[in-house]
Amino acid sequence: MITVLFVAFAAILVVSSLLVILHRSPVTSALFLVLAFCSLAAIYLLLHAEFIGLVQVVVYAGAIMVLFLFVIMYLNLGQDVESGATVVLRRGLGWLLGAALVAEGALLLAGRLAPGPAAPPALAAAAGAGNTQQIGLLLYSRYLFPFEITSIILLVAMIGVIVIARGLREAAPAEPAAASAPAGAAAPDDAPGEDA
Amino acid sequence: MNGMTAFFRDSTVQIAFWGLVKIVVILFVMLGVVAYLTFFERKIAGHIQSRPGPNLVGPWGLFQPLADILKLFLKEEFIPDRANKILFHVAPILAVAPALTSFAVVPIGPDFIVTDVNVGLLVFLAMSSLGVYALTLAGWSSNNKYALLGGLRSAAQMVSYELALGLSTIGVILLAGSLSLVDIVHAQSGAFTLGPLALPRWFVFTQPVAFVIFLVCAFAETNRAPFDLPEGESELVGGFHTEYSSMKWAMFFLGEYMNMLTISSITVTLFLGGWNGPWLPDSLKFLWFFGKLFALIFLFMWVRWTFPRLRYDQLMAFGWKVLLPIALLNVLATGTAVYWVGNR
Amino acid sequence: MIPLSWLLLLSAVLFCIGVIGVLVRRNAIVIFMSIELMLNAANLAFVAFARHLNSLDGQVFVFFVMTVAAAEVAVGLAIIVNLFRLRETVFVDEINLLKG
Repeated sequence: MITVLFVAFAAILVVSSLLVILHRSPVTSALFLVLAFCSLAAIYLLLHAEFIGLVQVVVYAGAIMVLFLFVIMYLNLGQDVESGATVVLRRGLGWLLGAALVAEGALLLAGRLAPGPAAPPALAAAAGAGNTQQIGLLLYSRYLFPFEITSIILLVAMIGVIVIARGLREAAPAEPAAASAPAGAAAPDDAPGEDA
Repeated sequence: MNGMTAFFRDSTVQIAFWGLVKIVVILFVMLGVVAYLTFFERKIAGHIQSRPGPNLVGPWGLFQPLADILKLFLKEEFIPDRANKILFHVAPILAVAPALTSFAVVPIGPDFIVTDVNVGLLVFLAMSSLGVYALTLAGWSSNNKYALLGGLRSAAQMVSYELALGLSTIGVILLAGSLSLVDIVHAQSGAFTLGPLALPRWFVFTQPVAFVIFLVCAFAETNRAPFDLPEGESELVGGFHTEYSSMKWAMFFLGEYMNMLTISSITVTLFLGGWNGPWLPDSLKFLWFFGKLFALIFLFMWVRWTFPRLRYDQLMAFGWKVLLPIALLNVLATGTAVYWVGNR
Repeated sequence: MIPLSWLLLLSAVLFCIGVIGVLVRRNAIVIFMSIELMLNAANLAFVAFARHLNSLDGQVFVFFVMTVAAAEVAVGLAIIVNLFRLRETVFVDEINLLKG
């Protein structure tokens, strides 16, 4: 039963990822990527990773892809129309290199696709601590340092995005100090409440 | 014959069958409730504005929703010429589907829940994240610059307020010790007693700040009340549903009320004690749930017809610069309190 | 029970699709999406091993990868938006000011 579900979701995943890279309109590519992420989340649920599966939907499908769609619509990108000899040459080369990678992967996995030993039974969900609690216990003990670093990454990214996206609109000479200040320094003025 | 009874006695089939029954019941009840919510909205709006509201169709106007549905079915359907046909048709469906899916994890009564997922709250957050796509795709596929602007604005608004929404629930999770909505409801049973007085152990009393933040974000997530600029532009142009007519527009409308219903159910479950309440036996406790639910929906409608609309930059500034820091401080305070109380 | 080799095969296929996407497409945003595909392929491998080795470290790693991916997407898209304002295009072939 689980295998059937897995094969179904894996098929949806592979087909929608192929359509992501093959379709000409960026909006459709983005929507197929959302579908791919949702089926990947279903596969995570089948692998008893409930927290990660739902966080995948919330973060990837619900926030990152919305950001992608937002930028595509904001820039009003139409279909990708390319033609010419260089395009065909470049595409051919790309597919060739991709085929080389696939061949390498097939070589590595050849003859090793037998199922192998059965996995040990699922981590003790019945022992009271569910998946989320166990991840939390790990996260705040062994992985505390990476956790703190990740929060700093997010803070730096947020500041960086605000500075970059504000970029050209403010007159550059007006605040050379603020623009060149290291990311840790606080910006002297508020970014105006902006739309996109 | 024996094989068939054995099939029906198999536990997986039993779970699937009763799950299906519950799903069908919830679906029909909620769709009926949503239809009559439109009627109640107009009645409440009328009385707030010192007029009676619709009262011609049937006794006290109670058959108004039926008349509305009939009208919407019979209206002519326009599809703009260069609209993206597939997305245009899919967007209204996306407005309703995630909201309905969230009902699978809401505990309506002590035994009445479709499935008790141990990460139930995350399911709700995931579905509300997916609900953003409906408005964005509606705006994009209409091939209309006003629709696009409305769609983009509502997407930005919903994503921004989702952050404070999620953060405000962390306090509740800390107090209940679990992400499962059933556990959260159980954690709110009982009461604080002080002599003859008893205060129910609901999280609205132990997490008042989180409750207010959650409610404000709920208004913003459902594009309602003071935060309905993306669609309130319909008073001026059209917002994301400019180009939609007849049943597709009805689906958006339905989706908005369904969203309201879903988020109210989650608020009741998280903060108002779910189905907990005195004087009723376990089999009737779902009446408490529905009572609190309708009280909250009345609040939604009351707020809508009382407050003026927020301007878009005020809206975004409020979500990012006010609600988000307060929600973070609430998490900090709750965590400190839980640790202090637990380690005395 | 899902065999580990199937999961790794799926992860490899997804990764290759991502690589092909980066090599073949010239729209910066689609290239970005292919990079996200590659990241998710790695995530799938992590979760697969977490399941089969009965250890939750894989899932914690996925948590970090997702967070970093979110930050990277935000910054990358901001750069692309800025680039679009400058050069009116998101095709990486036409952003060749530094070309000798």
